[in-house]
Amino acid sequence: MDIKEIIKPENLVYEKNKVLTDNVMHYCPGCTHGVIHKVIAEVIDEMGIQEKTLGVSPVGCSVLAYNYIDIDWLEAAHGRAPAVATGAARVNPDKVVFTYQGDGDLASIGTAEIMHACNRGENLVVFFVNNAIYGMTGGQMAPTTLVGQPTATTPYGRDVELHGYPLKITELIAQLPGTSFVTRQSAETPGAVRKLKKAIRKGFENTVNKKGTSFIEIVSTCNSGWKVSPVQANEWMKENMFPLYPLGTMKDQDKESDEQYKVK
Amino acid sequence: MTEEIIIAGFGGQGVLSMGKILAYSGIMQDKEVAWFPSYGPEMRGGTANVTVIISDERISSPVLHEFDTAIILNQQSMDKFEETVKPGGVLLYDPNGIVNPPTRTDIQIYTIEGARLAAELGNPKTFNMIILGAFLKVKPLIDMSSLEKGLEKSLPERHHKLIPLNLEAVNKGLESLETVEA
Amino acid sequence: MGDLRLMKGNEVVAEAAIRCGCDGYFGYPITPQSEVMETLMLRKPWEETGMVVLQAESEVASINMLYGAASTGKKVFTSSSSPGISLMTEGISYLAGAELPCLFVNVQRGGPGLGTIQPSQADYFQAVKGGGHGDYKLIVLAPASVQETNDFMDLGFELAFKYSTPVMLLTDGVIGQMMEKVELSDFKPRWTDEEIERISGEWACLGKKDRPRHVSTSLELDSEKMEQNNHRFQAKYQSIQENEVRYEMLNCEDADYVMVAFGSSARIAQKSMEIAREKGIKVGLLRPITLFPFPIKQIEELAGRVKGFLSVEMNAGQMVEDVKLAVNGKVPVEYFGRYGGMIPTPGEIVTALEQKLIGG
Repeated sequence: MDIKEIIKPENLVYEKNKVLTDNVMHYCPGCTHGVIHKVIAEVIDEMGIQEKTLGVSPVGCSVLAYNYIDIDWLEAAHGRAPAVATGAARVNPDKVVFTYQGDGDLASIGTAEIMHACNRGENLVVFFVNNAIYGMTGGQMAPTTLVGQPTATTPYGRDVELHGYPLKITELIAQLPGTSFVTRQSAETPGAVRKLKKAIRKGFENTVNKKGTSFIEIVSTCNSGWKVSPVQANEWMKENMFPLYPLGTMKDQDKESDEQYKVK
Repeated sequence: MTEEIIIAGFGGQGVLSMGKILAYSGIMQDKEVAWFPSYGPEMRGGTANVTVIISDERISSPVLHEFDTAIILNQQSMDKFEETVKPGGVLLYDPNGIVNPPTRTDIQIYTIEGARLAAELGNPKTFNMIILGAFLKVKPLIDMSSLEKGLEKSLPERHHKLIPLNLEAVNKGLESLETVEA
Repeated sequence: MGDLRLMKGNEVVAEAAIRCGCDGYFGYPITPQSEVMETLMLRKPWEETGMVVLQAESEVASINMLYGAASTGKKVFTSSSSPGISLMTEGISYLAGAELPCLFVNVQRGGPGLGTIQPSQADYFQAVKGGGHGDYKLIVLAPASVQETNDFMDLGFELAFKYSTPVMLLTDGVIGQMMEKVELSDFKPRWTDEEIERISGEWACLGKKDRPRHVSTSLELDSEKMEQNNHRFQAKYQSIQENEVRYEMLNCEDADYVMVAFGSSARIAQKSMEIAREKGIKVGLLRPITLFPFPIKQIEELAGRVKGFLSVEMNAGQMVEDVKLAVNGKVPVEYFGRYGGMIPTPGEIVTALEQKLIGG
């Protein structure tokens, strides 16, 4: 049978979403960035917001996210994506703006920017991909690296005396009155991806409805940085990361009213 | 005509706003003007001074080392600025609080009892306008209608009801200038 | 006659921004420029023109907010003073690398470090030589009066969009804190989305519609392409050098000596010139209005007919290097300045002129 006889519309069972570009992704095999990109693209397509969505990419493995999702993009300096997104969103209140950041970018160098953007309740979706390591620079310790976890800069495992504790930043973000939706998801199984997609949809809908900041953490893997196979990486994540970074929605409500913060 | 003036005293005496009213009145009379304050960390009761220049021509430096007129409202300012009056220039001061009066003989020296007269007017805030009136007696650079417009421009609208009181204070100053004989 | 006011340089920055159709301001308080944001907040331009004003959590955040807003083709600016500008320089390098039109105002104070809050011009090198990392330049405008501060806000945006590059207004505590007579510009409406599409539609991130997606970035991992980008930047800077030099010359026709000074120093040097001329010294003043592009040709031409130059600056001698490059050894070039927040007096400058050039 000729291949042309197989590739026919009636045989089509799956199609790449048109909001994803044709570029081959640079991510390592087994990395979930690709899956997360795909789900974001699907939601943008399904909501029909491609023409008004602006993405802000970080410094880290997903620095080139703009090569894969077919929307207008702003490439931010390391950690500053929430400030860049704030600027873009404030002068373009009709646009849907999101940031896509890793753990080093969001929870280390960019802690001030993410805290203040969320506290102001900027009208954004934040995607926070947490794989407990700096992937792009070669597997160094991240703020979310677990105690005892070996990395290039903690070759004997993270030591609290030396490096302090893993930062559960999403729990902190959930305290801020400007956030309306704070959730922690994962993307290692079809079921998890379906839940993630629901959360992403909710985040974008909140932004369209100007409901303040939606913050979506995705607990993720880095099999290259962790120096294990993709399958082992998923197992390690479930065994070690899920207990420390439990999945689930921490907050789903409107932004707080200003009542309790007012001068008497 | 170019008149280069330093006004110096304590913060709270209205030094900066007196300079501003003078400069704004200058604009109302089609003059070129500059107002350059000393500035420092926010502090109540500290010293404050402002350079005001009024001229018929484009003004060059707002930063000066000598002045045509020094208006001096406390001892620290006397210590600092007596020396900076150009020979033949004018030094105008309020003797209230001045322990060491000026000693120069190559300048014209005048006094104005600003603090006492303001108390008599029943409003200590009129102090700076009394001083301004005295200055305009020595150097009649600004006419009263320009001054009134200058006040309107300088004061926020909610304070416009105070303009007559301010003009009364200016007149008080005009009448009360005293010359110190060398 | 337009709208005549007595205003501080810093207040005028705010008022001129509103009037020239600015879309947004992102800033952080620092002396001696806090009046910029204070004036904007008091004026509430969001009710009048729709301009956005936001107090950021830091200078680092403000410059990156500027990056975000400028990426969408809007007219946006920030202001700060020396230490704050140092914090912003990473972002400024990114803005230059991404070729984003925008404006920043540096109301300089004395340094280094936390330094002093008094006026200074010690950020000359930082402003004209790039400042942050990488081969880039900013267009640098140096207003010498409150009126020029007003005029250069609009001019700054015009140049920023003409060349798709960040522009800096380099002023200082004297210009920022001084009040002078100013004729305010007439109101210009903010650009509509259609106008932005027409002016910046080739690159602005306004949402992907019937065209390839736009990416606002300074990143190019392919070195050959990055070199091409740099060629493009350098060609742009060359074109700016050829077409945008602005300066003022006073009494240079018959001058034996020429002082070179910018901003508030130029005002003080002008007074020194008046004093020196009364003494019979034939001295002129060249005031660079654009510090980049620097008036190289004008200085070259003067060097052929005067006996020497004195560069007058509120720093330890920075612009004097550019004057020397332009003079290229033809005649002596001397420097006089005060720094650390001290302002030279007109008298001191005359003495320096007499001792360093005429007596020497």
